[in-house]
Amino acid sequence: MNFKLKIWRQKNAATKGKFEDYTLNDVSPEMSFLQMLDYFNDKLITEGGQPVHFEHDCREGICGSCGLYINGRPHGPLRNTTTCELHMREFEDGSTIVIEPWRSRAFPIIKDLVVDRSSFEEVMLAGGFVNINTGGALDANTTPINKKISDRAFDAAVCIGCGACVAACKNSSAALFVSAKVSQFAMLPQGKTEAAERVEKMVAKMDDMGFGFCSNTYACEFDCPKGISVEFIAQMNREFFSAKVCSHKK
Amino acid sequence: MIKLESKIPQGPLADKWNNYKSHLSLVSPANKKKLDIIVVGTGLSGASSASALGELGYNVKVFCFQDSSRRAHSVAAQGGINAAKNYKNDGDSVYRLFYDMIKGGDFRAREANVYRAAEVSNLVIDHFSAMGVPFARDYGGGLDTRSFGGVQVSRTFYAKGQTGQQCLLGTYSSLNRQIAKGNVTLYTRRDMLDLVMVDGKARGIITRNLLTGELERHSAHAVVLATGGYGTVFYLSTLALGSNSSAAWAAHKKGALFANPSFIQIHPTSIPVLNDYQSKLTLMSESLRNDGRVWVPKEKDEKRKPNDIPEEDRDYYLERRYPAFGNLVPRDVASRAAKERCDAGYGVGDTGLSVYLDFKDAINKQGEKVIADKYGNLFEMYEKITGINPYREPMRIYPAGHYTMGGLWVDYNLMTTIPGLYSVGESNFSDHGANRLGASSLMQCSGDGYFILPYTIGDYLSDEIRTPRFSTDTPEFEEAEKEVKERIARVMAVNGTQTVTSFHRRLGKILWDSCGMVRSKEGLEKGIEMLDQLEEEFWKEVKVPGTADEYNQELEKALRVADFFEVGRLMCQDALDRDESCGAHFREEFQSPQGEAQRNDAEFAHVSAYEYAGNKQKPVLHKEPLVFENVELKERSYK
Ligand SMILES: Cc1cc2nc3c(=O)[nH]c(=O)nc-3n(C[C@H](O)[C@H](O)[C@H](O)COP(=O)(O)OP(=O)(O)OC[C@H]3O[C@@H](n4cnc5c(N)ncnc54)[C@H](O)[C@@H]3O)c2cc1C
Ligand code: FES
Repeated sequence: MNFKLKIWRQKNAATKGKFEDYTLNDVSPEMSFLQMLDYFNDKLITEGGQPVHFEHDCREGICGSCGLYINGRPHGPLRNTTTCELHMREFEDGSTIVIEPWRSRAFPIIKDLVVDRSSFEEVMLAGGFVNINTGGALDANTTPINKKISDRAFDAAVCIGCGACVAACKNSSAALFVSAKVSQFAMLPQGKTEAAERVEKMVAKMDDMGFGFCSNTYACEFDCPKGISVEFIAQMNREFFSAKVCSHKK
Repeated sequence: MIKLESKIPQGPLADKWNNYKSHLSLVSPANKKKLDIIVVGTGLSGASSASALGELGYNVKVFCFQDSSRRAHSVAAQGGINAAKNYKNDGDSVYRLFYDMIKGGDFRAREANVYRAAEVSNLVIDHFSAMGVPFARDYGGGLDTRSFGGVQVSRTFYAKGQTGQQCLLGTYSSLNRQIAKGNVTLYTRRDMLDLVMVDGKARGIITRNLLTGELERHSAHAVVLATGGYGTVFYLSTLALGSNSSAAWAAHKKGALFANPSFIQIHPTSIPVLNDYQSKLTLMSESLRNDGRVWVPKEKDEKRKPNDIPEEDRDYYLERRYPAFGNLVPRDVASRAAKERCDAGYGVGDTGLSVYLDFKDAINKQGEKVIADKYGNLFEMYEKITGINPYREPMRIYPAGHYTMGGLWVDYNLMTTIPGLYSVGESNFSDHGANRLGASSLMQCSGDGYFILPYTIGDYLSDEIRTPRFSTDTPEFEEAEKEVKERIARVMAVNGTQTVTSFHRRLGKILWDSCGMVRSKEGLEKGIEMLDQLEEEFWKEVKVPGTADEYNQELEKALRVADFFEVGRLMCQDALDRDESCGAHFREEFQSPQGEAQRNDAEFAHVSAYEYAGNKQKPVLHKEPLVFENVELKERSYK
């Protein structure tokens, strides 16, 4: 297969970036998208060029490192698929593929296709944990948890924190990411005790970090590679309002 | 002269750890604040170490090369985590878990360490559960378990096929809690490139800031390496691409012995190689062998599609060869059996290098929904990569490099041969002998970090309370930084014509052929020769574009590959020195007439720990004898 690639090139945060056009021939349909980029980079390097920087590690859709905006969609055309799981057989031979980094004020570009997602980490540091010390936990089976509830918590917990939800949203909202974390803990007995403080702190931090508001377009759910449901956003909103009401009463 | 002292406490096996830890010296809370600890790595072992040590009040600095600590490779573990809870009432116990690991490791691990790992496994599950890790549950609300290879009880706790992710996210949250409290400082996007020694003790590290290229110095009273495995030495493996040996190798060069380097597990169920540009092999969790049946056609030139081949023309070779364990034999056995069938010409797929893993019977019996509930995400992953729906057609699988049992030699305290340098998790050699049983790595990593290291490191640090926090403006740091700078300059200066990846691919192929599933004296000797040649070529022909003082992913790779040449050579040397077959180490010359591994306990019941003698110099071999007081050395049979 042959492709025209239109790739965002930017030397560093301080310089301005722009699209560069390239052609890449002899791509095999069995290659994954990142293997195609490896192959492309190898060519660039041997021809004396500078390879395109992009992030990746596990290459099996679980670490959340990879994240490219491909033909106008985070992680490309397939639903429930990360960039590293995408294969070239999904693209039309001879077509042009546009590759960009995530675009959001909260995710500044570092180089080429690599962005700084530490704003997610800041939100997690604000309260994304259960305050429990090591040692002294009771036997795990002393706290039975209804299977449906625990499965539901798991559905929220599978978020890989890649940032596709923010990239998909016209407002750059992080509501889906934050709500998945808030909901997972709020649903389980272990995290419930601190649910109110947690949601207040995490939402406040999310606003501080420059993420936009959620206007319920659901683009995030559509482009989430892990199929996280927007119902968690509703749940976060409920948690948030009831926390606010409670703290007013106090 | 290095002396290996395992420091195994006296007393009956079951009491060793309890007695020992009750007598370890302590550091007072006021003094802990004055002591600095560096932890390199934020996988399960590093993040648990850092958070537990931070919780105790030490001043901790933790490092990883990813942009977030939660992306460490532990996130990719799929199938589960073991604990001796006996929730299924099926006869499990700490002793049985211990025994399974000793036998699974083919009697090449230290009894006392393994017993302790089994002992703390229950604490790990309780702790994870208390942190809100959403493990699978049954309808009564209790935790569910499943079986894994090499055992006959059901002791593996899981969260669908994402157990590693869920355990790591739990550990990440405990780490974040300590970061938020100011007890731990996290440094992301850093590569540790050297260890700094002062007066014979580990006192700091040199890191490279991956975004700016700046070299940084960090000092501490003790250093913990939790840098994971080096299976990426094969280039194609189930590991994340960034996994590397460089931090452990830097420590090795400074005097830490490297134990059993050739004990590398080849996992039997990975998606096979599909094209020449493949960069990674995706694991299909061992848990699948609970319900999937492995087979190949009985005829060599079988042309029919798998679903068209009737039962009588299929060879369920694991069930045939190992009736007692069937599809659940340990990994080394399953891998070699697959290779044997493929080498004999019965392999399937275009290359003939794969076997079927079939769920037809399980789906017929349990229904598609139950199977989807257990393995949904793995089936999806398989379909995404191969385009084949495993609910309808058997998976095709083949063995792939997966886990390094070998690693830095540590004593009972998890301290290496360098005073003040510890190693936890996959980066040490400690608990799995010559073969690791499934779901016991997550268990070991979390046990090491949460429940073992915090005790043993205190004993060492109790002697350090009078050592003031020290500056990095010393000749030792100066010297270490200078060495790193020169190494970087050297690789940048080559400016040849071939990419780093092209060398890595060739290096991996040499090792896979000579030091993979089956080894021989002749093959290993040839392997070493080829590595020498390739390394020479690397230093003449490699091309690293860009500069050293900017974000440069090719430079990161080049430094790792440069170390892999040396690691690869040590692997081959170790495999040559060990004239026996045990676990994952299978020497063609040492096998029974039925093709099973033949151990030689009289000569090789020891840990081989190597001392660095300079690149291309023959390393010095030290032996730690393994004493078995509680189990009888037996032929490891799964028949
Ligand atoms: C696909 C797959 C599935 C698996 N499934 C299971 C399973 O179901 N059950 C089980 O028990 N085990 C499983 N394992 C094994 C298990 O996941 C690993 O052995 C374990 O997670 C290793 O954890 P760790 O903390 O030792 O290292 P890792 O999680 O690998 O972490 C290494 C850390 O060190 C850092 N690091 C490395 N080098 C450097 C350096 N030079 N400088 C700075 N930082 C560095 C990295 O950034 C990272 O934070 C699986 C392994 C694979 C590959
Ligand atoms: S590289 Fe890990 S999710 Fe894509």
